[in-house]
Amino acid sequence: MDKGTLYSGIGHIGLIAYVAIGGLFFRHENPEPVAVTEVSLLSSSEFEALLAASPTAPPPDPAQTEIATPAPVVTEPQDAPRLPTPDAPVTPVVTPAPRPAPAPEAAPDVAEIAAVPAPDLPPEPTPPAPVASLEPPINAPVTEDRPRPRPATRVAPQPSEAPAPDAAPDPTPTPAVTPEAAPEAEVVVEERPETAPEEAGTELATEANKPEPLAPSSSSRPRPRPARTETAVVADNPAPASAETEAPRDAIADAVAAAMAETSSAPAAAPEAPAGPPMTSGEKDALRFAVQQCWNVGSLSTDALRTTVVVAVSIAETGVPDAGSIRMIDFSGGTEGAARQAYEAARRAIIRCGATGFKLPPEKYEQWRNVEMVFNPENMRIK
Amino acid sequence: MMVIRALSPAILLALLVTGVFAPPAAAQNGPLRIEITEGVIEPLPFAAPDFVAENAAASEYARNISRVIASDLSGTGLFREIPASAHIGRVSSFDAPVSYPDWKAINAQALITGAVSASGDRIVVKFRLFDIFSGQQLGEGLQFAGTPQSWRRMAHKVADAVYSRITGEGGYFDSRVVFVSESGPKNQRLKRLAVMDYDGANIQFLTDSGSIVLAPRFSPSGDRVAYTSFESGVPSVVLLDVASVQRRPLLNNVQGMSVAPSFSPDGRTVVFSIAQSGNSDIYTMDIASGSSTRLTSAPSIETAPSFSPDGSQIVFESDRSGNQQIYVMSAGGGEPRRISNGAGRYGTPVWSPRGDLIAFTKQNQGRFHIGVMRTDGSEERLLTASFLDEGPTWAPNGRVIMFTRETAGEGGQPALYSVDISGRNLRRVETGGSASDPAWSPLLP
Repeated sequence: MDKGTLYSGIGHIGLIAYVAIGGLFFRHENPEPVAVTEVSLLSSSEFEALLAASPTAPPPDPAQTEIATPAPVVTEPQDAPRLPTPDAPVTPVVTPAPRPAPAPEAAPDVAEIAAVPAPDLPPEPTPPAPVASLEPPINAPVTEDRPRPRPATRVAPQPSEAPAPDAAPDPTPTPAVTPEAAPEAEVVVEERPETAPEEAGTELATEANKPEPLAPSSSSRPRPRPARTETAVVADNPAPASAETEAPRDAIADAVAAAMAETSSAPAAAPEAPAGPPMTSGEKDALRFAVQQCWNVGSLSTDALRTTVVVAVSIAETGVPDAGSIRMIDFSGGTEGAARQAYEAARRAIIRCGATGFKLPPEKYEQWRNVEMVFNPENMRIK
Repeated sequence: MMVIRALSPAILLALLVTGVFAPPAAAQNGPLRIEITEGVIEPLPFAAPDFVAENAAASEYARNISRVIASDLSGTGLFREIPASAHIGRVSSFDAPVSYPDWKAINAQALITGAVSASGDRIVVKFRLFDIFSGQQLGEGLQFAGTPQSWRRMAHKVADAVYSRITGEGGYFDSRVVFVSESGPKNQRLKRLAVMDYDGANIQFLTDSGSIVLAPRFSPSGDRVAYTSFESGVPSVVLLDVASVQRRPLLNNVQGMSVAPSFSPDGRTVVFSIAQSGNSDIYTMDIASGSSTRLTSAPSIETAPSFSPDGSQIVFESDRSGNQQIYVMSAGGGEPRRISNGAGRYGTPVWSPRGDLIAFTKQNQGRFHIGVMRTDGSEERLLTASFLDEGPTWAPNGRVIMFTRETAGEGGQPALYSVDISGRNLRRVETGGSASDPAWSPLLP
């Protein structure tokens, strides 16, 4: 083998090896991605228009350049609650003889404890009837009486002619009409419509004076889809089976049909199920957090702190709970008396924190129209 | 076509398994249900405008009674009075309708209105309680009649009714406390029995300071007090009638010292301990017949007995295990059961009027504590800690504990303190001087 062939072979083998495994040792570094930021181009006229529209800072007031020395806060002393003082101040005094026996305190005539009749209270004003759920109106775009000139992309080269002055009575009397000779026939020239000039206006169209769109910027949400009734109808009135489906019947087909019937009849069995999308866990947590802020168990007895109560409440579309609808539907872990106290605390919590309305998604009203709240004080017990 | 027909059952089965035909997973059945497990613990704000004076003679009583009611409720730590300066609504007549919005605006959750009339030697106090946010009266209105001297008791009774209606547990304001009033330097104390309203008002002395008195206890009816007296030179149990201040020794011709008496729930029996030759054991005595029964006979110190509310058991302290611990035994005697198992020494156990807890004094690592535990010794909780806390006594409703706290040093003085069983609302009871060994009475009739 001659040297040329040898060198050629070595060179080719080396080249092949570089191609095969050279990447492991001589990894090509990819260039860093170039950050691209989109910018918008403004013409000089647009820029001047922006400058003219931007607020300008007021000139500095020389009177306010110096920082005033803060004055100390004067807090007025609050009146401390005055506790009753003992009827007779007691000073321990060494007395040689025992003091005379203290006269037994005259006890209140407990036998005369009597119930006080409730005052005749004026009837509570009837709350206004709830407004029927109407579609929220879509506000029409507000337009001015006089149309504003539309900005165009170019300014007309010649000023537009001044409008004709308003009509006014002519001070000179109009001469009487006298018959005249018939005029000569005129040459009829075919009328041709004038070519419409390029759209032009008195104001240049820029971002600053971009006209507002006439279409409403927002629209009301679509109402939640009503409950599915088709399946119920299907369940109640099954369609006659076709000859093709009746022909081959086997066990699997029967099982499938039974499963289909079961799944399709489930909604029909609960026609009062709330409609609309279900509440998310975040929305439930928000309601839970809103109520627990007002659930004050500090004044509950130890027995009431062992009692879990379930309270049902109806909530208006405004999010305000109906105080008259609040009721205890179940309790556990305590006596009836303790449950009553726990229920009172729960009711106060619902009314207090719901006074301004709970923040609930309006499109899911059917989901939270009726709520059952479980007040479980397990974490609040004295331990 | 044949292949599709052959595969269709398998495809349908697969669809069933994967739930294609299943109803929406998030479908909600029934009303929305949420569980609330966290709340807030804060005093309930209430408004107690001055009661309406229905005649001129009642004006001072009306103002004082409403102030005592507000003080009672605020002193529990469970209520917070909204000062009159913040009131928007005015109560000019007892029967005037309540303007709920005015009270809602200041966040008052309860409103107490009342009226007082005075004629001759009789005053009448009536009140109503309103739940502001529910917009309705809470319970019926009540009225009390009594002598002008008992106006504080009537105020306490109104406060008890309000407390009970809101918290659901009995009140404790119309009750009294017997205690040992102390005076003089620490090494030469003069002690005498005194009785006062639960809040420190109306202090009256029952004994002179000629002899040392210790550990008084009220009878269940509140008309008698049993205590340890050094009047005869040897500590012995004495019974004292509160009304007449007549006293007599419980035991006659007893060798040794009798100390630490306590009444049974029916008031017929007194349980105490007798110390002889360095040994102390528990005894009971029938007050009417004078017959006594020895309940323990261990060669150790057993003392500070206290009946359970049903009278079936007795809790006491004993050092039979080597250091001071708490034991429970049958009221008729028998093998006691140790219930305290924590570090340190336990003493002066007292059974709660509700029967669910036992209060005690604990000494551990140089500090004294007042604590409570279940009657089986579980769920021990220490409510206080100081240089010296001892001698707990229960309020009639089992919600508050009063005890003695003594400050350190040469000039250290004992004083009475109270604390809620939650460990909150620790406050000093003003007694006009040094005081120790409090014992709470039951609610007065």
